[in-house]
Amino acid sequence: MSEKQILAADDIRRAVTRIAHEIAERNEGVANVALVGIRRRGVPLAARIAAVLAEIEQVRVPVGILDITLYRDDLGLRGPAPVVHATAIPFDITGRTVILVDDVLYTGRTVRAALDALTDLGRPSRIQLAVLVDRGHRELPIRADFVGKNVPTARDERITTRLHEVDGGEDGVFIVRQD
Amino acid sequence: MSAGAGVVPAQAYDRRRHVLDLDDFSAEEIGEILETSVSMKEVLGRAIKQVPTLRGKTIVNMFFEDSTRTRISFELAGKALSANVVNFTARGSSVEKGESLIDTVRTLQALGADMLVMRHSESGAPYLVAQHFHGSVINAGDGRHAHPTQALLDLFTVYQRLGRIEGLKVVIVGDILHSRVARSNLWGFTRMGAQVVLCAPQTLIGPESFWKATWPELTISSNLDESLTGADVVMALRLQKERMEGGLLPSLREYSRFFALTAERVALAGPQCLVMHPGPMNEGVEIMPDVATSAQSVIEEQVANGVAVRMALLYRLAGE
Repeated sequence: MSEKQILAADDIRRAVTRIAHEIAERNEGVANVALVGIRRRGVPLAARIAAVLAEIEQVRVPVGILDITLYRDDLGLRGPAPVVHATAIPFDITGRTVILVDDVLYTGRTVRAALDALTDLGRPSRIQLAVLVDRGHRELPIRADFVGKNVPTARDERITTRLHEVDGGEDGVFIVRQD
Repeated sequence: MSAGAGVVPAQAYDRRRHVLDLDDFSAEEIGEILETSVSMKEVLGRAIKQVPTLRGKTIVNMFFEDSTRTRISFELAGKALSANVVNFTARGSSVEKGESLIDTVRTLQALGADMLVMRHSESGAPYLVAQHFHGSVINAGDGRHAHPTQALLDLFTVYQRLGRIEGLKVVIVGDILHSRVARSNLWGFTRMGAQVVLCAPQTLIGPESFWKATWPELTISSNLDESLTGADVVMALRLQKERMEGGLLPSLREYSRFFALTAERVALAGPQCLVMHPGPMNEGVEIMPDVATSAQSVIEEQVANGVAVRMALLYRLAGE
C-alpha cells in the first residue's frame, strides 16, 4: 500500500478560504445562507467555512449536521448496519440557500442521499454543494458548485482525508494505492 | 432465498439475525443500539416522521397474545422506516382451523415476509420459529421467558435521563417469577454494569439460588423500604390478578401494603430516583396513581422511547 499526499494542511486552509469567498460571491453575501456538513468529515469543514465567512462577511451563518445513514441505498450490501448518528439542524431550512459540505465527492450517492434527507426536513429555496476534493467517477448526474481541488483518480485508489477535529494530528488529503 | 422446508442452522450467518433475548448481546452492541435510538428519536421529532431506510421490506407483526403498546409501537416503528407492515393476529386466522405455528410461519415466508415480530404465550416459541424462518425474528414477548425490546427501551429511557447505566442501583419490584420483563431487564442492566435488586414476596420470586446461579452479583430482597435506599431507578411490574387464584398471594391489599410504590416509599430513594413501569398498570395495586404521574415518573417516556428503540433494532437487523 502506498500513500501520496495531494493536499497539505496549508492547501486545505487555502481551499476552505477560497470556497468561503466563492460562496459569498455566488450568493451576493451570505444573509440567507446556511451550511450543512455531512457526517463525518463534512462537519468540521462546514464549521471552518463558517468561521471564514464570519471573518470576511461579518455574518454568523447557521451550521447544521446531517447523518445520511438512513437514506443510503446500500443497506445490507456493505455488511453490518452502521450506527446511526444524530442529525442536528437547529434552524428552519425552508426558504434558505443551503450549502451541503462534504470532504470527497466520488460516485454522488452520498450527495443523492443527503438531498433526500434535506428535502424531508424542509424546502430550501436552493441547495448548493461544496467539497474539498472531487475525485470523479460519478454514478449519478450530480456536480459540485464549489470544489477545493479536482483530483483525477483510478477506481481502485482511495482518497483519505484527515482533519484534526475528527482524526487528530495534522490535516491532509492522501491518495492510497493498493499494491 | 427459497421458501423450502428444513431447519435453518443457527450459525448460518456470522452476524446478528434475530433478537430473541438480551442474553446474547454484548455491552458494546447494546451501546450501539442505544446510540442509534437517539437518532431514531430525532426522526420521530420531525414534521415528516419517516425515513426511507426499509423501503420494500415486509414486516409481519405476529401476535398470538393481546398487546396494545408493543404491537402499535412495532407498527409505528416499521412505518417510520417505510417498511410494509402487516398485522397478523391468531384470532380469525387459520390458526383457529388448527394450522400449526411452523406452518403459519412458512406461509408468511412464502408471502414474502422479511421479518417476523412475534408475541406468544409459550416461552421459547420465537426460538422455534427462528429455526424455520429464513429472515429475522424479533421476540415481542414469549410467555414468562423474555421481552428483549421492553428491556432495551427501559435501558434507553434510563440512559437518556441519567446519562449512564454503569454503577446505577436498579430495583425491580413485583411478580418477578412470572415476569419476562424482569428477566430481560436483568440481562440488560447487569450486562451494562448496573447493580440490580429484585424485590418481591417470596412466593413471587422463587429460590434465591436459582437467580444467583446466573447472576451472582444480584441482590434478592423481600423488604422494599430497605431496597429503595440509594436506588437510582425503581421499576414496578404488573401484578397479574390471576396469580392470586393460584394461592401465591393472600390478597391484593396485603400485597399493596408491602410492595406498592407509594409516594412515601419513593421518597426513601430520593427525588433523583426514576419511577418506571412497563405497563399496563394496576393503579392502586403495584403503583399509586400519584406516583405514576409524578415528576419522577418516566412511564410515558418509556412508551414513546419504545418506537425509537424498535426502529433501531429493525434497522440493525435489515442491515445484516
